[in-house]
Amino acid sequence: MTAAPQEAPLKITPLNQLHIELGARMVPFAGYDMPLQYSTGILKEHLHVRAAVGLFDVSHMGQFELRARSGRLEEAARSLESVVPADLIGLKPGRQRYALLTNNQGGIRDDLMVANLGERLAIVANAACKDTDEAYLRETLPERCELVRHEGRALLALQGPLAVEVLAALAPAVTGMRFMDACAMSIAGADCIVSRSGYTGEDGFEIGIPASDALNIARKLLAHPQVAMIGLGARDSLRLEAGLCLYGSDLDSITTPVEAALEWSIQPSRRIGGARCGGFPGDGLILQQLQNGAPRRRVGLRPEGRAPIRHGTRLFRTAESDEEIGVVTSGVFGPSVNAPVAMAYVATSALGGASTIYAELRGMRIAVSVTPLPFVPTKYKR
Amino acid sequence: MLKFTTDHEWIKVEGDSATIGITEHAQKMLGDLVFVQLPKPGAALDAGAAACVVESVKAASDVYSPVKGEVTEANQQVVDDPTLVNSDPAGQGWLFKLKIADRSQLDKLMDESAYKSMIANDQH
Repeated sequence: MTAAPQEAPLKITPLNQLHIELGARMVPFAGYDMPLQYSTGILKEHLHVRAAVGLFDVSHMGQFELRARSGRLEEAARSLESVVPADLIGLKPGRQRYALLTNNQGGIRDDLMVANLGERLAIVANAACKDTDEAYLRETLPERCELVRHEGRALLALQGPLAVEVLAALAPAVTGMRFMDACAMSIAGADCIVSRSGYTGEDGFEIGIPASDALNIARKLLAHPQVAMIGLGARDSLRLEAGLCLYGSDLDSITTPVEAALEWSIQPSRRIGGARCGGFPGDGLILQQLQNGAPRRRVGLRPEGRAPIRHGTRLFRTAESDEEIGVVTSGVFGPSVNAPVAMAYVATSALGGASTIYAELRGMRIAVSVTPLPFVPTKYKR
Repeated sequence: MLKFTTDHEWIKVEGDSATIGITEHAQKMLGDLVFVQLPKPGAALDAGAAACVVESVKAASDVYSPVKGEVTEANQQVVDDPTLVNSDPAGQGWLFKLKIADRSQLDKLMDESAYKSMIANDQH
């Protein structure tokens, strides 16, 4: 008999002790010991974020900074443009933008947030991708750029209609920020990076915090009677209702930005006719698909009835036919919609006009409407 | 007679008839239920066969028939309001009733004290 391979020990975030104190159900996620839910459960946590404000520990995500050794930010932005199709030279100081790391086949390596903090770019990457992102960026970006990884730094998301009121009590300047503004600021004596953004469809903030200050700031935020900790379970149902993609489920290395309906993340300057057209991995296919469309496309789905259709559910053109036209990539019961919701990739040829397709669920075909995303109106403070 | 399975179902036996549901421990682990699918009356189930689907926001789980039998009744109330399974899993949140085909299968199930010590051990 051979011993089972030893699993690497799970990493913990600076808030690990707090999660345990609060009775979280902890699960392994992307190599971290993370809270799936707290004692009230996913359903109530989800609804609490939409109605009030929730605090999420997303410290497992990767936090990086990119600078040019010359000190000229434009050089860093230009270098990063060689690996993403977003316009970063045009990203103004104090602003943040969603960007995709693409591969040579036009697929997506990771989805990122990139913020211009004046003298540096701040980058947030997915937990499961951060190691490969780092290796790739170090190998690909020119020597004139310096990439710093802030391993161990905390990232908290404060999300919901009361988020601004709660954070303003500690950092009054946040009231002046609008959606996708980002800046460095001091909170309770700690050097933080704050952006008015998140992944729930609600107004809110993401706050990068030095590890040693994270628990203190989290406790200060939680002292407000309306703030509740929210786990990864509700984070998933909130982002899906908001029509936002989860890397690894809805996005992957064989899915292009056009298939993913993320054209809006490719600004005109990087498209045909733009000042810096192309020049990113997979540009040939992606530019062509921007003009002509892609063979399949991410859409929203609302199944008939109350049964959720989950990741991997197969989709068909009619109730009887064997013609498979797509697959569900994310599906939950949407607590705010009070109905099942899903995202799927469906053959473009099957989408022309047909608003009803069929999902195969436990051997039965159920009718599913193709619907626009998001499923709930977003409440961003524009 | 009340018996339990290792999959956290309970089965209450009166003569040849059995009522089946999930335990308090199971409902806690599943979280708030949003959808329940029950077997149709008349359906023949083997011991260990998937009989029901219970779904939370995030996940779907099967409920298995503890013994072989024919479904005599399904609890429409939990279909209409799945949260009954959370609030009263051993009472109003029952799932379905069976006419037991083979009573000897009951001997393989746990009594309440054995079940309680099993879940106590699970939590260590």
